[in-house]
Amino acid sequence: MRITIDRDRCIGSGQCAMTAPGVFTQDDEALVALVPGYEDGTGDPRLLDVPMACPVQAIEISEG
Amino acid sequence: MTETEIRPTGSPAPSFPQDRTCPYQPPQAYTDWRGERPLTQVTLFDGRPAWMVTGHAEGRAMLVDPRLSADWGHPVFPVVVQRTEGRGGLSFPLIGVDDPVHARQRRMLIPSFGVKRMNAIRPMVQELVDQLLDDMLAKGPTADLVSAFALPVPSMAICELLGVPYADHDFFEERSRNFVGAKTTAEADAAFGELYGYLHGLVGKKQAEPGDGLLDELIARQLEEGELDHNEVVMIALVLLLAGHETTVNAISLGALTLLQHPDQLEVLRRDPEAVTGAVEELLRFTSVSDYMVRMAKEDIELGGETIKAGDAVLISISLMNRDGKAYEDPDTFDVRRKARHHVGFGHGIHQCLGQNLARIEIEIALGSLIARIPGLRLAVPVDQVPIKAGHDAQGPVELPVTW
Repeated sequence: MRITIDRDRCIGSGQCAMTAPGVFTQDDEALVALVPGYEDGTGDPRLLDVPMACPVQAIEISEG
Repeated sequence: MTETEIRPTGSPAPSFPQDRTCPYQPPQAYTDWRGERPLTQVTLFDGRPAWMVTGHAEGRAMLVDPRLSADWGHPVFPVVVQRTEGRGGLSFPLIGVDDPVHARQRRMLIPSFGVKRMNAIRPMVQELVDQLLDDMLAKGPTADLVSAFALPVPSMAICELLGVPYADHDFFEERSRNFVGAKTTAEADAAFGELYGYLHGLVGKKQAEPGDGLLDELIARQLEEGELDHNEVVMIALVLLLAGHETTVNAISLGALTLLQHPDQLEVLRRDPEAVTGAVEELLRFTSVSDYMVRMAKEDIELGGETIKAGDAVLISISLMNRDGKAYEDPDTFDVRRKARHHVGFGHGIHQCLGQNLARIEIEIALGSLIARIPGLRLAVPVDQVPIKAGHDAQGPVELPVTW
């Protein structure tokens, strides 16, 4: 699974961290960041919902 | 599609906005428009035709589309409320500007409203909620839930965050009400002028004697470094102050009213306080306090088989998107156990609410504590006698007489 985050687009809504807290968090600037060791959280079925939850299309998830 | 194809020749498109009759339901006229087509045509008070997007998927697509502008300062930006007529040129930071100006302003504020920072103020919010409930219970057994509870919670919290003295709250709450409720441009200008003057003075005072609120940070980091001028800081403060209490007050009061009108759902939350977090999302979906968003097309846009022309007024119906049967099963059923994913209660796209995580915490703690502390809470008047706000405003009760 490949996760792409675009911090330039991010508006800090926190929707990603709310939807899949095992994978996404916010850094000190309140912008999207990956949780250290996030690979363990990629089994969360809600993860696939994150790109749709993001208000500014800053997150892409693709298989492989 | 021409107008004659969608309604009888000569009959004007229905007027928008219309007032709700039930405080938590979109007006009947709106609900008649949803279903067949993802967009319809309406008429604004000044006779200008406007597109209204009613579909969930289509509305989300529009709210992220850079061909739609939110630039209130544009000379022909659509006017939905009479009080804002003729105020072209006055641009409101964050909410009334497009990128790149919007992005520059928002970037400065994102860290102050991050999830972790908001979670850190939970104890502060809980403390002020507890205090307000203590006072209400001591004075009871009746109260106006708006003035005794739903208004002071977000008002005190935003003052604390911004570093605005809450002692001045009577002054700015009254001006905010006058500004939002103004019938004419002159009334709105007078209230706006007083609010602006107050915050202008406060920013000046803070430059001389810095405190530790968000305004102080903005002044220190941005004004001093020349990234913001004095006017912009004052205008940002004004937008945050207005947005910080004009919306959440309604979410709390309308949320309480909706729960009181759905006793089975209230019972779910009484038995399982943990469910309040999810209930907040369902309340945001079901009640749609911000009923609509206003945009203007910068280019021609194809949507749902229609062409929205450059310069056309476009309204995004938050309340109908949140009740779209293609997105939600039984969309008109209030179900606190529902996973209300992808609701647009806070909007969508670059303008999605900056303070959403503050609002979530305030609504959750306020309603959770209200339910726990006052088990016998009920309306003191029949629901059809609860005065509610006009269709163009943030939706909610003007007063909410309760007893216990």
